[in-house]
Amino acid sequence: MRPISYSRATAVADAVATVVADPTSDFLAGGTTEVDLLRQNVLLPRRLVDINDLPLTQIEDRPDGGLYIGALARMSEVADAAGVQERFPMVAQALVLGASAQLRHMASMGGNMMQRVRCGYFRDATSPCNKRDPGSGCSALEGFNRGHAVLGVSEHCIATHPSDVAVPLMALDARVHTEGPHGRQVYPIDDFFLLPGETPHLEHPLEHGELVVGIEVPGLPMARTSMYMKVRDRESYEFALASVAAAVTVEDGAISDVRLALGGVATKPWRARRAEEMLHGAPADTESFRRAAREELAAARTTPLNAFKAELAQRTMVRVLETLTHPERQS
Amino acid sequence: MSAPHIPSKAAAAAVLPERGPDPVKITLSVNGTERTLEVEPRVSLLDALRERLDMTGAKKGCDQGTCGACTVWVDGRRVLSCLTLAIACEEHEVTTIEGLAEGDELHAMQSAFIEQDAFQCGYCTPGQIMSAVALLKEGHASDDAEIREWMSGNICRCAAYPHIRAAVRTVRDQT
Repeated sequence: MRPISYSRATAVADAVATVVADPTSDFLAGGTTEVDLLRQNVLLPRRLVDINDLPLTQIEDRPDGGLYIGALARMSEVADAAGVQERFPMVAQALVLGASAQLRHMASMGGNMMQRVRCGYFRDATSPCNKRDPGSGCSALEGFNRGHAVLGVSEHCIATHPSDVAVPLMALDARVHTEGPHGRQVYPIDDFFLLPGETPHLEHPLEHGELVVGIEVPGLPMARTSMYMKVRDRESYEFALASVAAAVTVEDGAISDVRLALGGVATKPWRARRAEEMLHGAPADTESFRRAAREELAAARTTPLNAFKAELAQRTMVRVLETLTHPERQS
Repeated sequence: MSAPHIPSKAAAAAVLPERGPDPVKITLSVNGTERTLEVEPRVSLLDALRERLDMTGAKKGCDQGTCGACTVWVDGRRVLSCLTLAIACEEHEVTTIEGLAEGDELHAMQSAFIEQDAFQCGYCTPGQIMSAVALLKEGHASDDAEIREWMSGNICRCAAYPHIRAAVRTVRDQT
């Protein structure tokens, strides 16, 4: 790791002003990605501004049945919160299925939104990588890309977005609050994550020194019976090959409302809008689920190594929708 | 929330004082004892414990947050000391495996690891024990499946997992 200097902030305004004033400074929260990437020389800030003392740890129930989660609430705290478990089980499930107990005590919710990709070519600090070194090329396109994305990819980057909890937050139309050089901003979560396109080094619409301060989750009654399912190579402590967050309401055998988002298969947390559209008003049966899943993955762009993900994502979607609409059929 | 602060774009001086990159004096509270040492801000808590404070209980396995051998508690919560900067632990309470026994009396989990033969090479054991004690406090040891899931951040390359679970069960059932 290169030498770094350190400052500790106790007020949001101080932290923001300090980082804004210095292009070589970055915020430090839980550090679970950042310290790792500093040690690998993937990130090269001159100074870290420790934000862990900022008063951003609240997990508040909102009058509309929603939540406001401070950016420095830890993953383990949010997973444990009664309001999250009762009203947004898919959020609690996604958190508990991520990382390990130790990492969940360290990692902050804001940091989770800002985490970097797990692509081995990004992380090795030497291979050509358009995310780390814009214009240098993408080593994953012709490389070992079994874990890489099949949706939202470009010819410049196919790195999978690694977050679990961002997937249900995407299904819930969460909003990300920031403080920065131009004051408070609120981003719909779908706008907070950028597709790689021709600029994979730009992952968020944030300015330098703009700090995530909280995540707002609007109330959604049907989320009380929502679920998150994660499929991976080993049973625990592993990133998703495919994951699905879903909430669904059935009236008289037909789907009257549905929220669906995918993880592990896309370059950003992926709202399955095509599938949602097909499911609205459709009978709540396996055929509808399969058709909707097929439609969502029709745009998949695969490589020989990750082609299985298109099928896996569809099966996971069908499985989750079956479980939510016909719980008696599941073992 | 407070009104947004809009700093001047022309501001040259940082608002916050900067420490480092050369070694700076920091004070850590480790196992209830205040320790003062000089470290560069980039030094991990793990390296500070092992290389500066001669507390070699926490082990360096991967040094990248994947193996759990470096598990310690900060403010009572199990964390990975390899991904924690020492300087960020000022004003927080650090507990290591060296702080677990009461004098010559081993912690119940340490005794259970010995009784249940819950290790072979022993390298991961301090991390396993720090994690296991925290696991019981967190209340996620109701059955073997839950113990397995909530201990998954501690890798044992000798695969002593069944015996580690037996040790956890033993202590769980003592209380």
